[in-house]
Amino acid sequence: MTMLDVKSLNVWFGTGRDRVDAVKGANFTVGQGESFGLVGESGSGKSTILRAITSLAPNWSGIIQVDGTPVVSPRPKAFFKTVQMVFQDPYASLHPRHSVDQVLGETLHLHGFREIDARVVKLLDDVGLGQKFRFRYPHQLSGGQRQRVAIARALAPEPKLLLLDEPTSALDVSVQAEILNLLADLRQEHNLTYLMVSHDLSVVGHMCDQLAVMKDGEIVEIMSVAALRKMEATHPYSQHLLHASV
Amino acid sequence: MMEQLLDIENLWVKFPTRQGIFDAVRGVSFTLGRERLGIVGESGSGKSMTGRAILRLIRPPGIVEADYIKLEGTNLLDKTEKEMRAVRGQQISMVMQDPKFSLNPVMTIGNQIIEAYRLHSKASKSEAYAKSLEMLEAVSIRNPKRVMRAYPHEMSGGMGQRIMIAMMLIPNPKILIADEPTSALDVSVQRQVLDIMDRLVNERGMGLIFISHDLNLVADFCDRVLIMYAGRIVEVCQADRLHEAQHPYTRGLLNSLPRFDAPKPRLEVLQRDPAWSEAPSVSGRT
Ligand SMILES: Nc1ncnc2c1ncn2[C@@H]1O[C@H](COP(=O)(O)OP(=O)(O)OP(=O)(O)O)[C@@H](O)[C@H]1O
Ligand SMILES: Nc1ncnc2c1ncn2[C@@H]1O[C@H](COP(=O)(O)OP(=O)(O)OP(=O)(O)O)[C@@H](O)[C@H]1O
Ligand SMILES: [Mg+2]
Ligand SMILES: [Mg+2]
Repeated sequence: MTMLDVKSLNVWFGTGRDRVDAVKGANFTVGQGESFGLVGESGSGKSTILRAITSLAPNWSGIIQVDGTPVVSPRPKAFFKTVQMVFQDPYASLHPRHSVDQVLGETLHLHGFREIDARVVKLLDDVGLGQKFRFRYPHQLSGGQRQRVAIARALAPEPKLLLLDEPTSALDVSVQAEILNLLADLRQEHNLTYLMVSHDLSVVGHMCDQLAVMKDGEIVEIMSVAALRKMEATHPYSQHLLHASV
Repeated sequence: MMEQLLDIENLWVKFPTRQGIFDAVRGVSFTLGRERLGIVGESGSGKSMTGRAILRLIRPPGIVEADYIKLEGTNLLDKTEKEMRAVRGQQISMVMQDPKFSLNPVMTIGNQIIEAYRLHSKASKSEAYAKSLEMLEAVSIRNPKRVMRAYPHEMSGGMGQRIMIAMMLIPNPKILIADEPTSALDVSVQRQVLDIMDRLVNERGMGLIFISHDLNLVADFCDRVLIMYAGRIVEVCQADRLHEAQHPYTRGLLNSLPRFDAPKPRLEVLQRDPAWSEAPSVSGRT
């Protein structure tokens, strides 16, 4: 079963001399229950692929299929019950005037859940924050604490496909270990599928089965993590990444 | 003894909360010379608040207290807010952890860099433009002309970080406080950014406070490291000996790193000991 199928995806911004072809002819598939990594240069189009899937990048061509169905614009509410995204920037992704409790409570409410109170408590425990953070506002949280709130919010609708954009790059290593273990457990318990962007090969190596390497808008190589570990990367940029990471 | 640029004694940062006063930084003391000083520690341990407190950038109702925060002998706590504004940027620059947040969202990147540059030099507009392009190239921005015309939201995560770094280097500060400056960068771009900072320390004698959660990076790049836990310094060590650190907390941090060459099914997580936060803060003076 294929959970995510991306074919000949092009994404661009702007026009004329300001046109940026951020993603050029990307092809990849992620099977149900798999975890797929996107690595590559800063500015190479990784976040843009995730944004195109969730309809945050308006200009695109190609095919995006989620759970066997091509996506439509605008995405229906049911889409976001299936697909959730954790953004790269934990500062921009939380509303400054909503407390943690409001953020999680409203998301749960929107997706028709009951027993919201108990679920908020459970979500906070799941991401290792606990109750004392429940009524805080974003400005009262450190960078890592905000990212955990963002992860809790993404987990709230119990999605099938999670798009994770550098989910732990703002986190210290101990919280990173907790979050990666948590994500691994959740994947197993709920048979979740992950598409995960990271610039850290050790993180992708730990979390993913397959990965795509991007450079300048293009996927230059797709391979298994096992092959990467055996140093079987063929593209010079992948080799460069590999050598800088071991 | 190394010439000290910064000398901090007994620094506290306090926030009144519903549950009473929360001490984000608890009596920290350290010095900074013309060196690369790393601050590592888990999320919420007070790294950013320590950096911001030096510049007196803690938003009310937060409070900064210290016996003194001396910049080349002058106590920053005695300065008026107006005098502090001259210190910020001119003498001490800070790259904030939230790069896009620190840029003006409705002004092009180019105008922001040019404005910052002309604030510090008498350059003409075209000189400033050329210099700005040069700075973007220095931080490995591709197509810098397009980026000059773009707005912050049109930048990728790592591009935002690099733009902030370029801007902070304009005034040629004595001290740069860089809060997670490379957390969104891939290894190749990261190396280039670190090289720039390295040159400033070695060639211009700048002092660098490098806040990061990347222990391998800090071990590799810095001279000295302060390890923070719950608002205090629990251990101080030479960066190249970080991997031999003794404190169980530091050991825990080191052990929780995933390793590409040594995969394991589960990562170790830190088992926190209440005694760590009780122990007095270790001095980071030299
Ligand atoms: N809204 C936008 N308008 C114009 N250009 C954009 C926009 N969003 C992204 N871009 C451009 O698209 C390119 C790819 O950006 P993207 O955010 O996908 O990079 P990335 O691979 O995620 O990089 P990083 O690792 O630094 O986050 C960049 O050149 C960026 O400037
Ligand atoms: N306005 C505030 N009110 C109450 N507590 C606050 C406020 N701002 C920050 N804190 C708390 O101060 C502590 C230290 O925060 P700081 O931002 O220095 O952490 P950090 O070490 O930089 O963490 P990270 O690695 O996640 O960025 C955190 O526990 C945070 O929740
Ligand atoms: Mg990105
Ligand atoms: Mg911080």
